[in-house]
Amino acid sequence: MRRMGQTLVGLAALLAVCLPLRAETVVAGLSRDAINITANFVGSEILIFGAVERDAPSPEGDLEVIITIEGPSQPVSVRRKDRRFGIWVNAASIEVDEAPSFYAVSTTGPFDEALSQVEDLRHHVSISRAIRAVGVGVEHPEEFTNALIRIRESEDLYQTIEGGVTLRNETLFDTSIRLPANLVEGDYRTRIFLTRGGEVLDVFEQDIAVRKVGLERFIYNLAHERPLVYGILSLAIAIAAGWLASAVFRYIRA
Amino acid sequence: MQIYLPIAEVSVNAFLLLGLGGLVGILSGMFGVGGGFLMTPLLFFIGIPPAVAVATEANQIVASSFSGVLAHFKRKTVDLRMGVVLLIGGLVGAAIGVQVFAALTAIGQVDLLVKLCYVVFLGIIGGLMFFESLNAIRKARAAGGAVAVPKRRQRGWIDALPFKMRFRTSGLYISVIPPLLVGLFVGVLAAIMGVGGGFIMVPAMIYLLGMPTKVVVGTSLFQIIFVTGFATLMHATTNFTVDMVLAVLLLVGGVVGAQIGARIGTRLKAEQLRILLAVMVLAVCGKLAFDLLVMPSELYSIGAGAAH
Repeated sequence: MRRMGQTLVGLAALLAVCLPLRAETVVAGLSRDAINITANFVGSEILIFGAVERDAPSPEGDLEVIITIEGPSQPVSVRRKDRRFGIWVNAASIEVDEAPSFYAVSTTGPFDEALSQVEDLRHHVSISRAIRAVGVGVEHPEEFTNALIRIRESEDLYQTIEGGVTLRNETLFDTSIRLPANLVEGDYRTRIFLTRGGEVLDVFEQDIAVRKVGLERFIYNLAHERPLVYGILSLAIAIAAGWLASAVFRYIRA
Repeated sequence: MQIYLPIAEVSVNAFLLLGLGGLVGILSGMFGVGGGFLMTPLLFFIGIPPAVAVATEANQIVASSFSGVLAHFKRKTVDLRMGVVLLIGGLVGAAIGVQVFAALTAIGQVDLLVKLCYVVFLGIIGGLMFFESLNAIRKARAAGGAVAVPKRRQRGWIDALPFKMRFRTSGLYISVIPPLLVGLFVGVLAAIMGVGGGFIMVPAMIYLLGMPTKVVVGTSLFQIIFVTGFATLMHATTNFTVDMVLAVLLLVGGVVGAQIGARIGTRLKAEQLRILLAVMVLAVCGKLAFDLLVMPSELYSIGAGAAH
């Protein structure tokens, strides 16, 4: 019986390699699929939960869940200050082609155990893999990308939470990820990786739409679609406020 | 109370902004300066992106200068003709400044330029003002409180320049070239530093152009409104960096503060005010110079990248 079980596992593993047949799949949900940025937006907490579905008894090796949330990518330049003529000025710099404006990765256990290097390269899961940079003209480009990660981590824009995902009975999992207030608009890609022994078994993807609404939306649209009208309106408000203030204070004094 | 700024795309405390506006407003009311040279560095410090801070501050200066210029028009202390000449130079300067700002942003040196401008100009102006006020106080004490009579302007190279024009309100007959250049220079600074430039223009008008002190402030305010208004429009249409919500919060605090400051200012003596202002200007200058000279704790910085 035990022998047969092992054969089955071996067979399942073989099938998993040969065919796109998935013995274990993930079903998941998010506490919300849209975030509205209003005037008093202070950040948001996203609850991600789900279950592992399997057709056969669970094979050997530890089951791990990795959850990532990725904001829209932008090109950025990272600059390093150097001492020139006694003052500190920006000197060397690199251009990073794609850096997510927000990136959180939460795992059930230590990241290195949950995902192999090869799978990380393939799926771009860890923060350093999510950043795509070509270092031209500088000696140690990795120092620049490390600095980018360090600065954004200090602003809570990049988060690595090892052990942030709770997995119960190798079936039910959940985590919560905090999005800070300084979010950029766009579609935030949420990915859930199911891994065993560092190999990815299944991926689940869903987008969270982060949008400005109400007054924020109106002002932003006006500023970008009718910049001249927006500029004149800004000036009109400024002049009206300046005049109103002096009028009010004259009235108080009188 | 946190508020999300739609253009700056950061969340900041609304009361902090009102407070900053109020504080700088009080100082600007007391000393009769725009306060941009204090507000813009403070905005950098609380995490507003520099491009947004400079553009929005230009918008706020329009508000704080407008109530001031109304009062001066009522007292007939605005030399409109001189104001227009300064303004022509100022508009050209602001257009150049916005381009310089955009070019330096692209190569990542805009912070350095802005800070160096602040250190150099605040250092010179603050130092001059400090020693001049000290001397004035010493003289006033020695003369037993007698007011020094201003010396007649000496005739120099400025009178040798062509294109002379009569400025009736100021009682001057001088070439238009010096005021055009002063206006141009101030316009460039307004666009780059996010300031009105009164702290440069007022001394230049008194010492360089020889204008009577009573029309100097009103005329400079007149020029500042149009130049900063123009800079606001330029920034809004080319860089989309004017944040209306930020501007409103700052100017509500600012205009209230300015009225309170003006009340405090009337109770202090002119020399004491000038010394206080000089000390403040030198303090800001010293802080910025210190930051440039001391090794920063984070050597790296992130800027918007060029799209490939």
